[in-house]
Formats: sequence, C-alpha cells, structure tokens
Amino acid sequence: MWLLEQADAAAVLPEIILAVIAMVLLMVGVFRKGETANFVNLASLFGLAVVALLVIFGGSGRMTAFGGAFVVDTFARVMKVLILFGSAAAITLSVHFMKEQKIEKFEYPILILLATVGMMMMVSANDLISLYMGLELQSLALYVVAAIDRDNARSSEAGLKYFVLGALSSGMLLYGASLIYGFTGATGFPEIAAATAAGAGGLGVLFGIVFVIAGLAFKVSAVPFHMWTPDVYEGSPTPVTAFFSAAPKVAAMALLVRTVFAPFSGLVPDWQQILVFVSIASMVLGAFAAIGQTNIKRLLAYSSIGNMGYALVGLAAGTQEGVRGVIIYMMIYMIMTLGSFACVIAMARKGRQVEEISDLAGLARTDKMLAFVLAMLMFSLAGIPPLAGFFAKYFVFLAAIQANLVTLAVIGVVASVVGAYYYLRIVKIMYFDEPAPGFDPMHGEVRLIAVLAGAFSLVFVLIAQPLVNLAGAAAASLF
Amino acid sequence: MAIGLAHYLTVAAVLFTIGIFGIFLNRKNVIVILMSIELMLLAVNINFVAFSVQLADLVGQVFALLVLTVAAGEAAIGLAILVVYFRNRGSIAVEDINLMKG
Repeated sequence: MWLLEQADAAAVLPEIILAVIAMVLLMVGVFRKGETANFVNLASLFGLAVVALLVIFGGSGRMTAFGGAFVVDTFARVMKVLILFGSAAAITLSVHFMKEQKIEKFEYPILILLATVGMMMMVSANDLISLYMGLELQSLALYVVAAIDRDNARSSEAGLKYFVLGALSSGMLLYGASLIYGFTGATGFPEIAAATAAGAGGLGVLFGIVFVIAGLAFKVSAVPFHMWTPDVYEGSPTPVTAFFSAAPKVAAMALLVRTVFAPFSGLVPDWQQILVFVSIASMVLGAFAAIGQTNIKRLLAYSSIGNMGYALVGLAAGTQEGVRGVIIYMMIYMIMTLGSFACVIAMARKGRQVEEISDLAGLARTDKMLAFVLAMLMFSLAGIPPLAGFFAKYFVFLAAIQANLVTLAVIGVVASVVGAYYYLRIVKIMYFDEPAPGFDPMHGEVRLIAVLAGAFSLVFVLIAQPLVNLAGAAAASLF
Repeated sequence: MAIGLAHYLTVAAVLFTIGIFGIFLNRKNVIVILMSIELMLLAVNINFVAFSVQLADLVGQVFALLVLTVAAGEAAIGLAILVVYFRNRGSIAVEDINLMKG
C-alpha cells in the first residue's frame, strides 16, 4: 500500500488486483495439467467478488491516481460494482453452456476478467489517454471473446465484423481526441474544462466532440453506429451475447456520461443536440426494426439498441437528474437483459441451442416457471408499471421534461408503445400458441439468474428508494 | 514555403479519409480493411505529433507512442481472428462475409 501511495496509484488497487488475478490464472491455465476450465471459472468468480468488495469498502469520497488521469468517485464505484456483477453473471451463465457446446476453454473467463479491467478503467478515466487505454483493453478482449467458438463460421464472422467496426470506431474516437488535444492543449478532463471555459477551441473542439461521441456511440450501439449489433449478437455464443449486452454497455455509457460532463460541462448546448438526435434515432430504430425479427437474439439486439436510446434521453437532458436517470436505467437494464439471456440460454432441445421465437410457442404449458420469468422480463422491458422497466423509463423521461425536452420525451413514449408490440408478442406466443416440444431441463445457475432477474423486476417498486438514492449520490459526485 | 501546422493537419485529414473510404468502398479483401485501419491510426498519430510540436507539450507524443503500441496489438488480434475466419470459410473476400444479414 505504501508503495502504491508513493507511486500515486492507491486508487487503482482494485484494477491492479484484478489484472494480476487474470495473469496468474492465465499461467495456471497454461501450466496446470488436466482439466483447468472449471478451476479457472471458479477462481475468476472469486476474484470478481473480492474486487467488488474492495471497490465498495476501499475508501469513500473522491480519490485520484496517476496525476489525476484516473479518478474514483461514487459514480465510478456504483458503475464498477454493476460491471463486476455483469461479468460474474456472464461467467456463471457460460459454465454449462460452454461444456455442452464443447467450447469449454479456460481463456474465456480470463478474457472476461481482462475486459473487466478495461471497463473499470473506462469508468474511472479522467484523461483522454486513460480513456483510450481502458477502451482498447476492453475492446481487444471482446473481439476475441466474440470469436471464442472458433470452429463455428458464424462466431468467427461475428468476431471479424466486431473487430473491423470496433477498430473503425476507435479510430474515430482517437481522431476526435487528437483534435480536442490540439485545440485545448491538454488531455486531462479538468484541464480541458478549464481551457474551454477560458474560450479556447471553438470549431476544432466541436469537431473533436462529434468524433469522440461517434466513437462512444459505437460502443453503446446507438444509431447510426448500431449496424454491428444484431450480427454480433446473433453470431456469438449466447453467454457471450449476454455479456456484450450487459457489462460493456454499462461501462461505455458511464464513459460517455463522464466524457460529456467532466471536460465539456460548459458546452452543453453543443453536445446536447447530437445526443438528442442519436437518442431519437436509437429509440425509433430499436422499436421498428425489431418487429420483423424471427431470431430471439437479433430481437434482443434491437431491443438493446432501443434501450440505449432511452438511457441517452437522460444524458441528453444534460442535468444531474438526467444522469441519475441514466444510472438507474443502466442498473435495471443490465439485470433485465441478463435475465432475458439466461432464458435464451435455457432454450435447448436435446443439447442443441434453438434461437427462433417460434420455438417458445406454448412454453407456459411445458415450463411454467421459465415462461412466467420471461413474461415478467418482457413486460418489464416493455415498460409496464409497476415493473422495474417502467421506473427506468420514468426517471429518464422525467429528467427530459424538466430540461424542457418535451418533444424528446413524447417521441420516447411513442417508441416504447411501438416497442411494447414485439415484447408482448413473445408473451402471447408463450401463453396462447400451440405448444412446441419442451426444452431440456435448465441448469441450476441459469435458473437462478433468470429467477433473480425476474424477481428484481417484480419487487423493484419495493426496493426502489435506496437504489434511487444511491444513483442520486452517484450523479451528484459528477457535478 | 514554410511547412506549418495546417499542412500536417491536412495530410492527416486526407489519410484519415482514405482510411475510412478504404473500409467502406473496398469490396475485395479483408486485409485491405486492416491496412485502412492502420492508415487511420497513423493519420491520428501525425495529428498528435504535429499538435505536440505546435503546443511545445510532450503529452501528444506520449499519446502517439501509446497509440502505436495499441495499434500493434490490434493488428495482431485482427489477423488472428482473420485466420480463424479463413479456416472456417476458405475465403477472406468482403462480399463473402454474409452468413448473417445486415
């Protein structure tokens, strides 16, 4: 600890520990004889739990490291715990799935751990350099994870598409970063804020902001940078898709929040119009494009595009209430999407995964529990009160209306009504269609995650107050 | 004629644009896409170094070094995924990347 404090790095302790755990497990996986995947899975889960405790209890208030390039505040802590939770769920969901698909590899949990280190750095980034390094550490691990089923043409195609488009978005983000650096003369967020407040920049900085937001919109899969999402979601193995739709989305959204507020809090009208456009486009495309889908993973991909649009409504408001709405939205979205994908993982007949929506027909008669949980999650995603998804949307729309963005909120409500059609269609297929053959029995841990997510969306109304207060404290730490 | 900041920025912008067009207009080969990505990152590096000299501030050059390092890692991972893809499909033509619509 003393050494770390001398090196101005005490705040980075959780990230350092997680990175060391990942590297040690890599060595264990390589040198340990016999079957290692199970051991590495368990050790990774243990490591994630330890790091989560360290994040929660490792001090409070605002801490910085590396000369201010890395900042830990309440916002970062809340987002990091969410990310660690999402990564742990992704590893848990994969254990039996990977074994049954014969793609069990000890590299998978290690890549998830490394991606998690990257995501934690993204959330804490307070400098364009640490932003870029965190983003790339996350992205490089995710490209490989998408192609983890390397004998499957679809998985490797998903990896290739994700890589090409992800590298393109990193390039755009970097170009924006170089313009911001050039026109403000600094890479640290506080220095950039000071320079723009003093009137530096102008058009150059505006171009930089556009490029940086374009790069980050790619990572949260917001329209018009969403085209990779359905293909990568469909091609990757389902637990990987579950991971993609949860933790990296939270991290990218948190990074977007910090990047627009910390350095550019003085330029709100400039970036607000970009985010309003991106948000409307994502909500509308997410609602309409999902209607024609027959593959449930593609449908959930469009659903996640739409959900990112709703979360961006809160960010576009440009206020503290808006950020609070984004945090609540990401919290609820992550749990709902993990639960939905746990249900998709359960869709297997005789050891083979099935992914068509029609395979869910009559599920209510073959597996009551699964059908009920999935129905609750779909109602929640559609935003039907009193389920969690309704409150997620409520807080972001409230913030938009308070910020005088009534049109944005109205378009959001209309899009969520359109979106309700395809969520409710799934419920109708499960409850009223002629039964298809039943699915294989669910594995315990998949059932656990699905049931917990369903229960969370049901009882959110009872536990809302502490969570909303926590999100409020996190949002306040940014301003 | 003195070569100033504007010249470097123009060269970088032109290279960056060529890189983006290389990704979208190329219908032949994925290797060309990887080269286009490198071109984009190198254009950004020209920007960083030019600004760094102009501002008399070393941070831009440090950033450029980090970008170089990450670009190397990115190229390695991209080629590895490409090899895996080639084993499965026996082709790296861009128009063959169509197992999933979109």
